[in-house]
Amino acid sequence: MKAKHQRMTLVVLALIAIVAAGLIAAWALRSQANYFYLPEQMAAEPPAVGQAVRLGGMVQPGSIVTQPDGISIKFIVTGNEASSVPVRYSGILPDLFVEGSGVVADGSLGADGVFEATNLLAKHDENYVPRELEGLEGHDGNEDYAETVAGLD
Amino acid sequence: MIAELGLAALWLSTALAVLQMVSGALGLKDGGNSQFAIYARPAAVVQAFLAVLAFFLLLYAFAVTDLSIKLVATNSHSAKPLIYKLTGTWGNHEGSMLLWVGVLALSGGLLAGLERRLPEKTMSATLAVQGFVALGFYAFLLLSSNPFERLPVPAIEGGGLNPLLQDIGLAIHPPTLYIGYVGLSVAFSLAMGALMTRQVNPNFAKILRPWVLGAWVFLTFGITAGSYWAYYELGWGGWWFWDPVENASLMPWLAATALLHSVSVLAARDALRTWTIMLGVLAFSMSMLGTFLVRSGVLTSVHAFAVDPERGSFILALLCLYIGGSLVIFALRAGSISEGKRFSVTSREGALVFNNVMLSAILAIVLLGTLYPLLTEAFDVRVSVGPPYFNPAGAIFAIPMLMVMAIGPLLRWKEDKPARIQFELALVASVVIAVIALVAILGDYGILPVLGLALSIGLAIAAFLPLRGRRLRLVPVATWGMVCAHFGVAVALFGMASESAFTEEKLAAVAPGDVEEVSGWTIELESVDPVAGPNWTAIEASVLASRDDEAPTRLAPQSRNFWSPPQPTSESALITRWDGQLYVVIGDQAGVDAAGNNRWQLRVWWKPFVTFIWYGGLLVAFGGILSIAGRVQVDLKRRRASAMGQERRDDLDALGDADAADGPVSEPAE
Repeated sequence: MKAKHQRMTLVVLALIAIVAAGLIAAWALRSQANYFYLPEQMAAEPPAVGQAVRLGGMVQPGSIVTQPDGISIKFIVTGNEASSVPVRYSGILPDLFVEGSGVVADGSLGADGVFEATNLLAKHDENYVPRELEGLEGHDGNEDYAETVAGLD
Repeated sequence: MIAELGLAALWLSTALAVLQMVSGALGLKDGGNSQFAIYARPAAVVQAFLAVLAFFLLLYAFAVTDLSIKLVATNSHSAKPLIYKLTGTWGNHEGSMLLWVGVLALSGGLLAGLERRLPEKTMSATLAVQGFVALGFYAFLLLSSNPFERLPVPAIEGGGLNPLLQDIGLAIHPPTLYIGYVGLSVAFSLAMGALMTRQVNPNFAKILRPWVLGAWVFLTFGITAGSYWAYYELGWGGWWFWDPVENASLMPWLAATALLHSVSVLAARDALRTWTIMLGVLAFSMSMLGTFLVRSGVLTSVHAFAVDPERGSFILALLCLYIGGSLVIFALRAGSISEGKRFSVTSREGALVFNNVMLSAILAIVLLGTLYPLLTEAFDVRVSVGPPYFNPAGAIFAIPMLMVMAIGPLLRWKEDKPARIQFELALVASVVIAVIALVAILGDYGILPVLGLALSIGLAIAAFLPLRGRRLRLVPVATWGMVCAHFGVAVALFGMASESAFTEEKLAAVAPGDVEEVSGWTIELESVDPVAGPNWTAIEASVLASRDDEAPTRLAPQSRNFWSPPQPTSESALITRWDGQLYVVIGDQAGVDAAGNNRWQLRVWWKPFVTFIWYGGLLVAFGGILSIAGRVQVDLKRRRASAMGQERRDDLDALGDADAADGPVSEPAE
């Protein structure tokens, strides 16, 4: 094999591998990416039952109910309009999960119309709002909380 | 005064970066004979001193909580423990960029001060590129994120540091990661310098190698430390979340790993010339992309301290300038680099090329998965990409790579027959198949964890096979480094596979006195009490955990409330055993039980061999250190030998007999 040929072979093989990676990525991203839904979108075009999606919105004040087992909760997520989605979650709540504040729930829609959350994301700190919730009114509900405790120190 | 001194030092460094760039460029133009070219090295060294001084001045301002400086006032608090005041210096945007620039200047200064083997012309080009890169980041720091900005009126009290960052992890993770990120800038500058002066040869590779290895060791250590930090601090029980910011640190590591292996081929065999240069450009591009993703505010996470579009576009412009510029030079010059030495497919080089291509493919998978949500957002579709994408898509390329990694080091350079290593091949293959069969019989686990377990055990054996039949005392230190790093990969892989296959989890609402069981552990909630720390109050659970008949160990997981800034965090409690970790988190109060006692949420995980993930990471980093030590040792020996040879030649010349001159001592192939 001539020198030029070996270099060409290497370049072609590397290109094939990278293009293959790109194609696999494109295919997997289409099938595996979790689409984000607002409550009104979920009401209008519900995802297939069991399909992994994300639901984001505000936790309706007064809606958090702890179930008798002590580890599951139910609450209602509301969006910009009147629509709302009930959510069930088992586990330790994130540190900043508060009524009237923003939340992003990973999970899937159950057959009974209740969203089964496997993971909840609340705000990381006072400056952080989950990206999906930017522009959603009322996402700064935690400022009230910050103001209440601001005078304590 | 402190702030003004720091700012002056930064401006002076900027001026020196300009001098370094211009002087280096003139040296390149006039073939190293320019009178002006001699300034490049001193400029880089003094610049390093000034930039590091500026960083220490900011550190001092944080230590004494100088509240007239805006950055200190927004990010620190006088009641914070001293260690967190110090680490808080880089727990914010401006401070972390100053650390970035400080490390950049320091590595440029070290290169200029220590490296004497490179041809002067190549060195000039390298320093010019390094100065040009530094200049962009000085401009970014001074024009859009000045860390020394004063407040018109000093604040009465500071705003405090994000409690998640008030941890010893902040002292280790960001500085090591930054040294790794920015250390790759030297690899970038050297690659550009060699490309511009057409010096891409084994000598250049030997000079490049310690810089790549050093940066790679720091990156490995930083990623390992960051993973353990997230594991115990976030209280989610996970050690890798495929968070975009984690990916931003993984991508330079993948590129640097590929670079480090191709540099070895270039050094030992004078092959893969253009490919090595390309990887040098790619590795630092990934570092800058990571900085852009984390610092620009296009991502929101605990790492993104501030959201400011102006800063984002500034870094994006720098990114385009450096990556675009280097690619243009690459395109113009790559054709003039002649083809390196040839090799057959079944050879050490062939295996390393395969490893390089697979690492690049994994890099492409991670890069596309990280950027995809940003892309779709432009079309107003919001998606998130997580483990269901990254794990299988990455594994498609990682598994063949790990298989070749097991046998690659056994092959000879240039050309080899697979039949020569048939015993080793059969041994590793039978171990892998036996483990797959065993695990598949014993239980029902996912395909990836099973493959991971089998490959990790095969790899652990294969890692030591290169030592077979060799006298261990004579094995070069660098070879021990390779064995150690490859064994570390096997150990980490074993931890990852074991954690995802065998973890058991229990979530329960328990009242004091209640007992729960999880995989052989008995866990009793003794009591729940309020406690207070210097800047927080907490609910602390007292949990007794025991296994078999041993005496119970007391654990104290907490749910903390910091009051400046006001934020709750959970502090997990861990028991570490040789075969795994018990991980306990306390949650909220959960109503009352039948007898009217208060119940608390308790979440417990038993994670078999999870610690192997980080032991493996440390072994990999240690292997890198051994490799550097081995190379430096060989280099010093060679220099001594060639000095002695020169002396003898001079003597012989003096005697009028030049026939017996020695050849140069060649580097032993590993």
